[in-house]
Amino acid sequence: MATITELNVNGQRRPLDADGQRTLLSVLRDDLDLTGTKYGCGEGQCGACTVLIDGVPTRACLTSLDEVGQRPVTTIEGIERDGGLHPLQQAFLDADALQCGYCTSGMIVSALALLREKPAPSENEIVHAMNGNICRCGTYRRIVAAIQKAAEELWRPTP
Amino acid sequence: MNEPTLFEPERYELAADPLYQFDVKFDFHRRRFFELLGCGLAVLLLTEEGDAQESGFGRRGFRGGQRPAQIAAWLHVGDDGTVTVFTGKAEVGQNIRTSLAQMVAEELRTPVASVRMVMADTERTPFDMGTFGSRTTPDMGRQLARVAAAAREALLDLAAEHFQADRASLRADGGKIVRAGSDEAVGYGQLTKGQQILKSVAADQATATAEKWTVAGTSVAKLDRREFVTGRHKYASDVKRPGMWHGKVLRPSAFEATLAEVDLRDAEAIEGVVAVHDDNFVGVAARDDFTAEQAIDDIHAKWAAKPQTASDTLFDDLRKNASEGGGRFGGRSSGSIEVGLAAADQQLKQTYTVAYIAHAPLEPRAAVAEWTDDKLTVWTGTQRPFGVRGELAQAFGMPEERVHVIVPDTGSGYGGKHSGEAAVEAARLAKAAGRPVKLVWTREEEFTWAYFRPAGVIDVVSGVRNDGTLTAWDFVNYNSGGSAINMPYEVPNQRIAFRPSRSPLRQGSYRALAATANTFARETHLDELARLVGLDPLAFRGKNLKDARMLAVLDAAAEAFGWDHAMPEAGRGRGIAVGTEKGSFVATCAEVAADRQTGAVRVLRAVAAFECGAVVNPNHLKNQIEGAIVMGLGGALFEKIEFADGAIRNAAFSSYRVPRFRDAPTIDVVLVDRKHLPPIGAGETPIIAIAPAIGNAIFDATGVRLRSLPMTPRGFTTIAPAPSS
Repeated sequence: MATITELNVNGQRRPLDADGQRTLLSVLRDDLDLTGTKYGCGEGQCGACTVLIDGVPTRACLTSLDEVGQRPVTTIEGIERDGGLHPLQQAFLDADALQCGYCTSGMIVSALALLREKPAPSENEIVHAMNGNICRCGTYRRIVAAIQKAAEELWRPTP
Repeated sequence: MNEPTLFEPERYELAADPLYQFDVKFDFHRRRFFELLGCGLAVLLLTEEGDAQESGFGRRGFRGGQRPAQIAAWLHVGDDGTVTVFTGKAEVGQNIRTSLAQMVAEELRTPVASVRMVMADTERTPFDMGTFGSRTTPDMGRQLARVAAAAREALLDLAAEHFQADRASLRADGGKIVRAGSDEAVGYGQLTKGQQILKSVAADQATATAEKWTVAGTSVAKLDRREFVTGRHKYASDVKRPGMWHGKVLRPSAFEATLAEVDLRDAEAIEGVVAVHDDNFVGVAARDDFTAEQAIDDIHAKWAAKPQTASDTLFDDLRKNASEGGGRFGGRSSGSIEVGLAAADQQLKQTYTVAYIAHAPLEPRAAVAEWTDDKLTVWTGTQRPFGVRGELAQAFGMPEERVHVIVPDTGSGYGGKHSGEAAVEAARLAKAAGRPVKLVWTREEEFTWAYFRPAGVIDVVSGVRNDGTLTAWDFVNYNSGGSAINMPYEVPNQRIAFRPSRSPLRQGSYRALAATANTFARETHLDELARLVGLDPLAFRGKNLKDARMLAVLDAAAEAFGWDHAMPEAGRGRGIAVGTEKGSFVATCAEVAADRQTGAVRVLRAVAAFECGAVVNPNHLKNQIEGAIVMGLGGALFEKIEFADGAIRNAAFSSYRVPRFRDAPTIDVVLVDRKHLPPIGAGETPIIAIAPAIGNAIFDATGVRLRSLPMTPRGFTTIAPAPSS
């Protein structure tokens, strides 16, 4: 069994001692205390465990540590900017786009990937891109509104 | 006809008889209070004032005997002016942490930001039956408002002394007592500094009516909101304790299977694994979850299972195995069905069914258990912290005083987290491992070993005159329950009954209980009757309803939807439904696009009008209603548990379809705010009218009448066989 000794996460090289067959989700949560990434289904169907690997939204529950290698991983804990909320995080709050909040990390990380790819997505594009993320509390329309608002915010030229 | 409102008692799972739990004294005394929080002012509400019974059992929960004086709620004003509020209620996404803080801030005239809520912790918060039945706002909200008002009065007394002034010249404002006609003010913290003042709430302590609210009644943002968008909030599944291991349970091969033989040796041979076999329980604890899974795979077990029925024959089985006794809902009649049917121009007899569905909270059951000496502490996500404490005490044969249950704000419940299975299992593993153990149920376990919303069969026989007057209403619900079974329309001759049955699956509470099933059957049937006599479904309802609050939401929804205006284009239909449960009222309109040829159905738009007395937080209430519509849409169209041979056949999100972004319609919410009425709960009732509204809209679009929930289980591809013409 290969042992992995380091993970590049949120811009830091984090020392580790973990079996390479373990899932990225379990290592982030249990070994690195990055518990913002959630377990929801273990089959890539709910999106609660979404992280970015090399900027690509990825289900951490289906990704082994071996597969990650040295590629940079971004989790919900790594997206605040200058100590303040990212416009997407702020937009989720402004739209009250959560109830229990358990899906929220995965929603924000998935939306971040979408906005990097498509800075001004249409409503249909948002729905299509986010359809793999489940919110059982049913705040979908608010999440769409939050993403639209964040897109506007990110487009606005800095004064 | 206005029957007194009856609430269906909650269905408990794996719980000790909750009635006995009231005899456990909540043994706080003065010293303990102030040890916990430091000096200041503490205000208690004692249940002996007859105000504080908390629960879905309402006021019938006690069978004689003397209860000890109990604390229902309390708060503390500290040296720095911080107000700490203690309640046994649990936050599961319904935003009661915020709404309760608003009600305290309102009476205490202090900024919401200075209010800290301590919730759902069996050692720190007063006993509470559980967070269900939409009782938090009407009961706990009112109690906390009274506690806060009493604290304000006590602070005014202290300030009168402080200023040596007439109490009438003082008022509370912004966390201070202000003296009229001067710029003198003294902060709450200053007034209580260094003191240990214990007060109880006077029996006649009044609270402000909603007309006067300035903080309650506004859209205060979710407290702790930043924690949720930054991933910092710690759910039970995120709790980590020093030296903690991870647990895993070996599940039986089928429901009710018993362990015939088990061999733990291979699992125990793995380094850093502890395996447990105790009665029917087999599990492991290991240093990480990967090792725990390996160890479970290495356990060799044989189970003895009994033959069990399958979902195919479910509805016949429920009818066949029904019993007569339905408690308070067992039978109720007025007039004569025979006379009513004889007076009718048209009669209609139809059967409606609802499937078992799963709550599928996104955070599955999870618990961290830790034994210290002979004391047990468990962090878990549950709607019944004190009930879970009872389960743990019972499972380990220990007094409840030695069990401490802490409920972090939880990844939702919807009535599905009343039980403490994961807590008991984690505690058993922690006991064996001699260290803290975390157990997080897999999605498959959550889909299989939790409990389900009851399935049901509903038979309706009715009579109507050609002018649209209802003459007879015969309504029998098998198994799903008695919530909202009463007929809210005027019918002189009615017979209403709930018949419990033997459920092949473990069933329990679900958001709004059977109100969803009963409202679906009634509102679908009424739509059929309206068509039968050629009346507009809205006008038909209006003709037979007398209840002003029902009519108000019906009219508000129809108006916002534009019911009287443009008829939908071809392939589209509109439907309407109305209902009442737990004292609140909802009407829902839906517009669907449905294709007779392909069977594709899509809900385009939903409009809900909702009334729950005075609104405490309009934005959070709207969020709840929108969420209820989306959740209800799942049960309406495609959610369905399939089972056979004691196993769930679709125990995964890939095979059990829940609503997703693509399914969510445009939703408009109209809040009918009644400021002269006390606020009541709102987390449940908004779910009850969406299914019939959708079904009626599908009929409007296609002429196909769907009488089984879910109505289109194959998603957008098949509705039902077209009726032969």
